[in-house]
Amino acid sequence: MATAMNDKSLYAPVIATIEEAKMLTTTEKYFKLKLNNGNELGHKPGQFVEVSVLGIGEAPISISSSPTQKGYFELVVRNAGNVTGALHKLEAGSTVGIRGPFGTNFPYEETKGRDILFVAGGLGLAPARSFINYVLDNRGDYKDVTILFGAKSPTERFFTDELKKISEMKDVNLLETVDNGDASWTGNTGVITTLFSKINPNPNTTSCVVVGPPIMYKFVIAEAKKKDITDDNIIVSLERNMKCGVGKCGHCQINNLYCCQDGPVFTLAEVGQIPEAF
Amino acid sequence: MTAKTLSKENFKKFAENLVKSERTIGVKAKETKYEFGNINNADEIVMDYDVTLRSPRTFFQPPKEKLFDFKLGANTEIKPNIEADPFVLLGIHSYDLKALNQMDIIWDENNADQHYKARRNAATVIALEPTQASEWSFWGSMDSSTVDKGYDLLLTDIGNKYYVEVGTEKGANLLSKYASAEDATNDDNTARDKVRSELPNLCKADRKVKCDTDGITASMKNSYNNAIWEKLAEKCYSCGSCNLVCPTCYCFDVKDTIELDLATGQRTRKWDGCLLEPFAKVAGDENFRENRADRFRHRILRKTVYVADKLNGELACVGCGRCSSTCLPDITDPVKILNELCS
Repeated sequence: MATAMNDKSLYAPVIATIEEAKMLTTTEKYFKLKLNNGNELGHKPGQFVEVSVLGIGEAPISISSSPTQKGYFELVVRNAGNVTGALHKLEAGSTVGIRGPFGTNFPYEETKGRDILFVAGGLGLAPARSFINYVLDNRGDYKDVTILFGAKSPTERFFTDELKKISEMKDVNLLETVDNGDASWTGNTGVITTLFSKINPNPNTTSCVVVGPPIMYKFVIAEAKKKDITDDNIIVSLERNMKCGVGKCGHCQINNLYCCQDGPVFTLAEVGQIPEAF
Repeated sequence: MTAKTLSKENFKKFAENLVKSERTIGVKAKETKYEFGNINNADEIVMDYDVTLRSPRTFFQPPKEKLFDFKLGANTEIKPNIEADPFVLLGIHSYDLKALNQMDIIWDENNADQHYKARRNAATVIALEPTQASEWSFWGSMDSSTVDKGYDLLLTDIGNKYYVEVGTEKGANLLSKYASAEDATNDDNTARDKVRSELPNLCKADRKVKCDTDGITASMKNSYNNAIWEKLAEKCYSCGSCNLVCPTCYCFDVKDTIELDLATGQRTRKWDGCLLEPFAKVAGDENFRENRADRFRHRILRKTVYVADKLNGELACVGCGRCSSTCLPDITDPVKILNELCS
């Protein structure tokens, strides 16, 4: 059950304070938040919260921090609409409303002892990070860890300090690409699927976590399948208009599934045959 | 529970007493049609109506509903708005009661919606078995002629009197407080059984769904790629009128408003409709159901498959015929669609 909830109404948020806010790119802003009631958010990797700017509205935002980090949680918000635009105007000390955490989580328990292949495109790195950091904080529980991250251009990369740190880790294989490089970029150029030729995952022991823009899924899934990773080991997080977060308002439906409750994290075995999923 | 009868004359007195003492919502004439509304005078009440323009879901999930008030500032305040002003809903037909029973499950499952629940608990439901069907009604084919739960009192017109089935303690109290009812006799029971058995025939002969309701879900699952969706939706205006009148449409949008003081405001929810173009759109303009035919299919599949799955297989189309009558290009009639797709 969600912890950040008003006991009188499913739709009334609790208040959280922004402890830190900073721009990560020209369109993405980072927020570190703390619930004013002192409670832990108590989320699992892959879940999301509904964030309110009272007077403007509410938007679903995936949680970017791992629950191994206590006392706060982190969000990365792209300036893409009314609510996210209003969020971008807020700085440390401001308050927002929070409801949640909602939805299904990445299988962080079930994948212990396995190899994890993360495939994150663009802003998909934000939700994937909740699981990546969980794995890094519990590194001994998992075997080989590979992270593929693709951005449109070098300036759209974010969490670059963390990416640098990860790139220096001996027990993590980080491969990056950008669709369009610039003078500063010396790495791989091309869409994220071009990185698949550089890896050799063991299909028997690998769980593949895919998060990115809607267009990315079918191409990445095809690559994962080419590597013989089975549908129940391909894990996706889907984006929809998760307006209420509690399975009532209908906006996030994917055929019979409510993305906010049945998802946003699904295995391909669950949604591969659902016509509206991809 | 127990069964009583009320002569038509005693029913009139009952209605008069009700209107005087309780907030009563009943059916009134509206031009040549009928609509639920506040009853201020018992003479306004129409008991032999065919169907109302909108379903009574309005009184459980209002078209616009305040979820909470807020006050901005150093100590932001949020005050949930739960409305539970008692009312009597008089004369809701069996098919609408069936829809109401379904909504009770939908709003209660997983995350119980306190706003709906408070209103539902505040209601005393006096259901009424139909004495007329509209030219679009097909509830006779949808197992919706009679309903065996969800009411506090259930009325059946058996000629010179109403047969009154008492469903709950709340219903029994209301009846004993405002009416002089008699115990139902064996003859009354027989008369009522006869009326009930003939109810489905009130719907016109050409308003029959030819397949068995049990097979509809399976047939509709198989119809996903049928050409019918594109063919019918070519004429769809994406107006959402079908959503608006449906007793089992419950989707909503949420909006904030702020007062001129820029310090206080409300969050409200409003009815929304999956036929409307922006329904599945997200920020950044990705629209996950951009194609009109996909939206058209989605609504029909909700009624016959998706919501039905949440209701242990019970179809979420109750056969009221409101969508059929309100659809301007006449494409959404479930009778035609089901008869074409279900064998």
